[in-house]
Amino acid sequence: MTTTYGQAIRDGFAFLLKNYPETFAIGQGLWSPWYVGSSMTDLDKEFGKDRVIDTPVSELATTGVAVGAALSGRRPIVVHPRVDFFLLGVDQLVNQAAKWRYMFGGDVDVPVVVRAIINRGGEQGAQHSQALHSWFAHVPGLRVVMPSTVADARDLLVASALGKDPVLFIDDRWLYDLEALLPPIDPTLRLIDVEPRIEVFGSDLTLVACSYSTQLCRLAAEDLKKNGIGAEVIDLRIINPLERSVLIESVRRTGRLLAVDGDWSTCGLASEVIASVVEKLPPSALKVAPRRLTLPDAPAPTSRPLEKAYYFQKEDVVAAAMQLLGEK
Amino acid sequence: MVGTNPLMEPDAFHLGALADPLSFREPILLGDANPMKLLHWLGQLIKIRCAEEKIGDECARATIKCPCHLVIGQEAPAVGVAEHIRNGDRVFGAHRSHAHFLALGGSLHLLLAEVLGKDTGCSRGMGGSMHLLDRKHNFFGSVPIVGATVPIATGAALAAKMDGHGGIAVSYLGDGATEEGVFHESLNFASVFKLPILYVVENNLFSSHLHISLRQPFDSICRFAVSNGVGWQRVDGNDTVAMARATERAINIARCGGGPQLIEAVTYRWRGHVGHREDNDVGVLRKEGLSEWKKRDPIARLATAMKTAEILTEDRLNSIWAESRAAVGLAWLSAVSDPYPPPTALLDRVYALADR
Repeated sequence: MTTTYGQAIRDGFAFLLKNYPETFAIGQGLWSPWYVGSSMTDLDKEFGKDRVIDTPVSELATTGVAVGAALSGRRPIVVHPRVDFFLLGVDQLVNQAAKWRYMFGGDVDVPVVVRAIINRGGEQGAQHSQALHSWFAHVPGLRVVMPSTVADARDLLVASALGKDPVLFIDDRWLYDLEALLPPIDPTLRLIDVEPRIEVFGSDLTLVACSYSTQLCRLAAEDLKKNGIGAEVIDLRIINPLERSVLIESVRRTGRLLAVDGDWSTCGLASEVIASVVEKLPPSALKVAPRRLTLPDAPAPTSRPLEKAYYFQKEDVVAAAMQLLGEK
Repeated sequence: MVGTNPLMEPDAFHLGALADPLSFREPILLGDANPMKLLHWLGQLIKIRCAEEKIGDECARATIKCPCHLVIGQEAPAVGVAEHIRNGDRVFGAHRSHAHFLALGGSLHLLLAEVLGKDTGCSRGMGGSMHLLDRKHNFFGSVPIVGATVPIATGAALAAKMDGHGGIAVSYLGDGATEEGVFHESLNFASVFKLPILYVVENNLFSSHLHISLRQPFDSICRFAVSNGVGWQRVDGNDTVAMARATERAINIARCGGGPQLIEAVTYRWRGHVGHREDNDVGVLRKEGLSEWKKRDPIARLATAMKTAEILTEDRLNSIWAESRAAVGLAWLSAVSDPYPPPTALLDRVYALADR
């Protein structure tokens, strides 16, 4: 039987809550049937309201409470139903969780996971639609996980919760209906062993993405293949700390790089991907200048035609790839 | 403003005479306090004072470069609270936490090595004065982002409640931190979940250079406890005996599931916000108060009361000062000759080396 991406996240939570008594989930909306899609349905009924805690409307205190519990032997997972609202709690992740190990000499474990959800489209507008993962990938000490597959949604959540460092786990509700057959959970998986993965092999160009953008790249690669073009798709999976060798070696083979990212361009993840590659390869290894496909540098609009223009689709990835291949 | 509502009696809004340095100058009341305890507390106060004076002197010489927020004049809350901390409790501080660290039993050498950035410091030289850690003595960390450890301590209290072993958390903060939204979020959270936590607000009337009257409509922090259903006491924060007694009462309630407690310790710092200077030309409303406040000295008031009660002689008092200065001097000599962190510390301490 197949599992959806949303269900896989729920499976990850259930596995953790069942097997690791030190884990708990905390955040706004966890006792509501609709706040976080299908990803946590009835966990409170299954594991109790003291392991799945709904909170007052206090993003900063809730995140800080989780950090404090993590410093005290627990493994909390804080859930923020939208990245946008999590911004009220950022001090506790960026100034505190990410720095406590370092500031206190290297031996302080902060095993907290902040799960923030990208929940966009549907004319929700500028404050219900952001991803902002590049901001967080900038911060040393913070692991930033962006699963694009059903298996990663479950398995990287489990690995995040069982590690020693703070993790920002960002999932995208546009992926929740993706389906796959899943093997049993391997609780020995460690985030430090997770590398970017080649999802589709190809020799004509390299597409690099994470999260929902990887899904668009997978679909685009199928279309390109029909036109006789071999696109290699790399899913970053973890964007900080970023393991760069897989990208570099891929572009060394293909000579063409398209970085695709569902966030803004300036100082963004796509820029980092391109910089990582061009710093390491000689100019002669590149057949054309690398390109980015990202959101326009504007907040998310609400009006339907503007929203349609704002989010790139599979066809836009195909078009950008074709353009890159047409250039000398 | 205050009157008919029983929740607001006694006055949770105004410090009254506690804010007047002409009051509370007399020797403190010892009550039935154990003489050995009193001697121990006096020793702790003097040790902290000596350490801070040494750190101030070395800041003046620029031997110490990192920003140091000295606690001179407000040593008593840390000593009174530490008396009732047990193993398994978790205490969190802020930017002005040397006293919290030392009162819990932290070593002079670990503190001095840390402010010097040495590998032998309590945070292995990675933190300096503003990031202190001593988990062996129940001190779980201090950081300078204002109010940041308030929710963290609240989370430690949630963990303690889940553990069910009777442990509590303590959150030290200043009056300035009560102007942060997260303070209110945390009190509300702790109250809703009935967490075993003690918030100790050291109200020294100043946040950096600004007097509380220029920052808040009322000068007492206790009103925030009232509005969040948190138990509260206001204490002369320069009276170690009163601090210990109030802490015992609050912690007993918190340990037995009675929910969060807050103590407002009214005190005053003798040095500027940061560094060794008195800065009485910097602070708004500071110049007028400092010399008067020095007459509410927590050490002198305890020592005088103990002499009157014939628990302490002048000779013994002098030797406590001399021994404390000598201990600080020895710890300093050792710390200055200690090594700095190795170059590998720059990158090796960012993430866990093994993730499991």
